[in-house]
Amino acid sequence: MTLLKEFTKGFIKENPVFVMALGLCPTLAVTSSVVNAIGMGLAATFVLVFSNIFISLIKNFIPPKIRIPAFIVVIASFVTIVDMVMNAYLPAIHKSLGLFIPLIVVNCIILGRAEAFASKNNLIRSILDGLGMGLGFTLALVVIGGIREVLGAGQFLGYNLFPETFQPMLVAILAPGAFIVMGLLMGLMNLKKKKN
Amino acid sequence: MEFVGKILFMAVMAIFVQNFVLMRFLGLCPYIGVSKKLDSALGMGMAVIFVMTMASTFTWLIHTYLLVPLHIEFLQTIAFILTIASLVQLVEMVIQKTAPSLYRSLGVFLPLITTNCAVLGVAILNIQSEYNFIFAILNGLFAGIGFTLVLILMAGIRERLERAELPVSMKGMPISMIVAGSMALAFLGFSGLKF
Repeated sequence: MTLLKEFTKGFIKENPVFVMALGLCPTLAVTSSVVNAIGMGLAATFVLVFSNIFISLIKNFIPPKIRIPAFIVVIASFVTIVDMVMNAYLPAIHKSLGLFIPLIVVNCIILGRAEAFASKNNLIRSILDGLGMGLGFTLALVVIGGIREVLGAGQFLGYNLFPETFQPMLVAILAPGAFIVMGLLMGLMNLKKKKN
Repeated sequence: MEFVGKILFMAVMAIFVQNFVLMRFLGLCPYIGVSKKLDSALGMGMAVIFVMTMASTFTWLIHTYLLVPLHIEFLQTIAFILTIASLVQLVEMVIQKTAPSLYRSLGVFLPLITTNCAVLGVAILNIQSEYNFIFAILNGLFAGIGFTLVLILMAGIRERLERAELPVSMKGMPISMIVAGSMALAFLGFSGLKF
């Protein structure tokens, strides 16, 4: 039961984006369409799970003073793997995510989970935590990406939703739309928290 | 003369048209986190300008004289983040020894900069855009200035927002995001600038 909780806490209760406001840069930058959002979410999930596994395994060998650089090297190695694999097999998504794939290294969600969870817990829990947090991150990205794509392009996953006379609200897929949608969603989460 | 024109063009591009925070979404964590007070925003901004310029210099040198000759460009991400982390540590130690008063005002911001994606971002962009050494350094400098500009503007707005009447659930982060959105809208106007 507690293991299940370890897995599901990242979805809503401790959602890394909406509740903890971590990893804002990729959240806002890649959510101009749902496909990008899913690509980014899954890439981050992969890095999160594998860096959690690795850090949980080597946590007893790392001297506490240099743990942060050690974590960063582990994370950067997995980011490099993701970068190369995506470049080889998913070139279109790789191109549209661009700079933000190498920047997964400095995504505070991943370093945050390494420091706060994987370095203190056993392997199974760390895997579940990484998977849950990663999917929570993906979920948040898809929600934001969905809203922006529907409003800004009149599409969802590339399918047209409206008749041709529909004028999309272009600003939603441009930079300002990202900030405004994010701000409104955060306000909504606060409202929900206050009611509970 | 052409050289000066190029530099001017680069400055306008990096500071306004392709602003790192509002257009490229880099460095949002400090932008939202450290923009509550004008003083600390100024301190953070200065520290970021300094580190970004230094990071552009060193990562360019490492890429050109270490990674390329050895054909290990795929280690770029790891090499750059380690360079930046050790650079920040070094800068912190040097400032602490040589200028204690500067350290007192900038010290708290320096460790935060390692995980500022704008720094790693500018380093990677310099390589991707194939800038030469001088332009890489200048790009770091201008990107830092652009970051500082919007950080200070944001801090000024947020100091006033403290006293505004807002729905409780919109206070803090949510309204900051919406303000950032309106600022981005204003900055979008700069992309109409054609050269």
